[in-house]
Amino acid sequence: MEEFLHQVVSGLANGGVYASVALALVMIYRATHLVNFAQGEMALCSTYLASALIEAGVPYWLAFSATVGISFAAGMLIERVIIRPAARAPVLSVVIVFIGLMVALNSLASWVFGTTIRTFPSPFPARPPFGNHYIGSHELGVVGVTLGMMLLLYTFFRHTSLGLAMRAVAQNQASSRLVGIRVGRMLALGWGLAAAVGAVAGMMVAPVVFLDPSMMGGVLLYAFAAALLGGIDSPGGAVVGGFVVGVLENVVGAYLIGTELKLTVALALIVGVLVLRPAGLFGSVAATRV
Amino acid sequence: MSLLAVRSLYAGYGQGDVLHGIDVDVAAGGVTAVLGSNGAGKTTLLRAVTGMVDHRGEVTLQGRRIDKTPTEDIARLGVAHVPEGRGTFVHLTTEENLRLGAYSRRDRPGVAADFDRVYQYFPRLAERRAQQAGTLSGGEQQMLAIGRGLMLRPKLVVMDEPSFGLAPLVVEEIYRILRDVSAAERMGILLVEQNAVIALQLADHACVLETGRVVMSGTAQEVRADESIRRAYLGL
Amino acid sequence: MVESAPGIHPTPTTRTGVPRWRTAAVVIAVVAACALPLAADDYRVFQVTLVVIDAVALLGLNLLTGYGGQISLGHGAFFGIGAYTTAILVHRFGFPYWATLPCAGAVCMVAGFLFGLPALRFDGLYLALATFALGVVLPQVFKFRGIESFTGGVEGISLDKPHAPLGLPLSPDQWLYLLSLGVAAAGFLVARNIVRGPTGRAIVAIRDSPIAAASVGIDTAMYKSVTFGISALYTGVAGGLSALAVQFVGPDSFSAFLSISLLVGIVVGGLASLSGAIYGAIFIQFVPNVAGDLSKAAPGAVYGLVLLLSIYALPFGVSGLVKRIASALPRRLKK
Repeated sequence: MEEFLHQVVSGLANGGVYASVALALVMIYRATHLVNFAQGEMALCSTYLASALIEAGVPYWLAFSATVGISFAAGMLIERVIIRPAARAPVLSVVIVFIGLMVALNSLASWVFGTTIRTFPSPFPARPPFGNHYIGSHELGVVGVTLGMMLLLYTFFRHTSLGLAMRAVAQNQASSRLVGIRVGRMLALGWGLAAAVGAVAGMMVAPVVFLDPSMMGGVLLYAFAAALLGGIDSPGGAVVGGFVVGVLENVVGAYLIGTELKLTVALALIVGVLVLRPAGLFGSVAATRV
Repeated sequence: MSLLAVRSLYAGYGQGDVLHGIDVDVAAGGVTAVLGSNGAGKTTLLRAVTGMVDHRGEVTLQGRRIDKTPTEDIARLGVAHVPEGRGTFVHLTTEENLRLGAYSRRDRPGVAADFDRVYQYFPRLAERRAQQAGTLSGGEQQMLAIGRGLMLRPKLVVMDEPSFGLAPLVVEEIYRILRDVSAAERMGILLVEQNAVIALQLADHACVLETGRVVMSGTAQEVRADESIRRAYLGL
Repeated sequence: MVESAPGIHPTPTTRTGVPRWRTAAVVIAVVAACALPLAADDYRVFQVTLVVIDAVALLGLNLLTGYGGQISLGHGAFFGIGAYTTAILVHRFGFPYWATLPCAGAVCMVAGFLFGLPALRFDGLYLALATFALGVVLPQVFKFRGIESFTGGVEGISLDKPHAPLGLPLSPDQWLYLLSLGVAAAGFLVARNIVRGPTGRAIVAIRDSPIAAASVGIDTAMYKSVTFGISALYTGVAGGLSALAVQFVGPDSFSAFLSISLLVGIVVGGLASLSGAIYGAIFIQFVPNVAGDLSKAAPGAVYGLVLLLSIYALPFGVSGLVKRIASALPRRLKK
């Protein structure tokens, strides 16, 4: 029983990471109807940056903040320089650009930082809180950071005029222009936010799985599954989906198919959702493009 | 100097031009109706004025050329476009839709006052302010679209077929409100309508488009009195 | 004709409508290819064999992605399934090597068709997602200890290269080369017929305008699934050949990097172009070798750049460039 609880709890912690990346995916999907295949590698580069800063002696939370800020700017830059020029191209070409970005970023990280595994520090204490046996400090911290980030984003989108403008752009670009919203800037902002969220996710997962170029591959897959499960255009769904996938991965891996095949859970979820309920739990129906 | 002056406007959607050299004027505080049947190019005219479609020619707003200006900047200059199909943000609430209308404005007290004013013009919107805009009826969505335009505190309102798909009683209500607004706010209105009768009641100037060309223009009375127009568009 | 790039002037053609220079080029290429074993040593022959095998795989992917407009980011998985099918049938069940190739093709065709069924009902983006997942997950499956007795687990399976039949005086490398060449030639011909026939037109119609295609009665979901199946078949057969050529299958040989290489191959070679398969295959065989000498990250960097720049420079790939040069030459020469 204790074992099961522990699986669930660590699944929730992983789930927080998946939920964050899934949220970033959904944000970009809502604005552009495109899936950001490069989301994982963007987070990877951010995490390497943080690692470099920390190794250079910068205190953790300062490095964290700087990384988030720089990632935000980098996300905006990527939107402007790489994504926007390709916006009018057919879907196939745009996906190719995304894959190119993914591969290029991964290679950049390998080239600059090498391929040897690094450790990444956790800002949370090593001892479990209150000496309990079920949840570690880092796991609790990840869940806390994730939920805190969600709350911030929710407040931003619901209660600020900038957030309202971004929601408007995601729904109806033509009408947004008619009220004077600079659509290009909002898209760039969306990418910046997604990059920042991804950076946080990367820094939360790195202490657990260690930092090397392949770190985000599995995470991205789980995030895809989470986003689809929740509904590719539903931010709330992404969060719920993330936690569900995290727990499912652990429980199924521990009790059903063995930990070696854990990743097949992601594949099964993706195919399963597409077959059974393509809109996911909370999304609107996945329509074909006209 | 007129509020809006359009000269030799050509516009199209890629294959060929839909508009072939249009001249139109709107005076400050005046209402110009653009009449014509389907496919005459009326919607294209409005889209060209607000930069939503490729065009060439002269479009001047209060003496300033806006034919190369992007749509969002034209909006910020005080031109509110109430589009064909209303362009409602269906997943946002009524109030959020209205708030977006005032997005580009900096004067908070002015915006708050305008909220009150729009709710006064359209009490039904006030009743439904927290409701999702997509669940509003057709008439209410039209009121919302006009209200959103008014929240800009525009100098010029460009309106595309406000009567479309609405019951006659609702149309009357909306036009009554438009008359009050136009009198009170000193805005210019460029109004596209298929329903020539009701448009000519509101307008002081009018022009008639046929296949992308202006075939007649003048005061609303002149247009109303013209024999061929009466037969073709007024059913008389 | 989907194979023409825009802005190309009509060129003198034979009765079948193929430009004369193309027929000549193809004949020369075929003769040269057959004669290769006479001129080169076994290692070179082996390298060219790999290029030919990759070309078959790229043919398959191009049918789906170039002509059909559906991205697969997981074709490495089908390559791997084909390879493992061949290896398991030979090693575990004692099948003759040549019989395993159709089996590899059939297994992949069914797998591809089934996999394509759900994912292809929607926006191609979902297929890209699903195939991406497949490509990442399959190496784990290959490694799985539960089926180790078949797959050899982490260590994989070693094979022997088949000898030439009927006592022909060819080395195993030379024989495998000619076998691959034969499979590739057959594959090209079949692909060409598909592309030029009603199936090909339907596939392209679905790519360019799915709503219109559906409105004229084309069962888009079925066509897409069938295309996926055929595409997987080609790649699976290529995988089987590669198992024989490389004499080894292991889970890490068929990772996501392979899937991406295949995508790069068709982009470089030219989407919706059959001849592009050869140019693409040459690229993905030799670039990683050369770039890998510079740095471990270099091949990925080259691939990334190529993909990023592909929609701006050379949108029609090398084959588009070749066509443009070849059609411009006769005019130049006339001056």
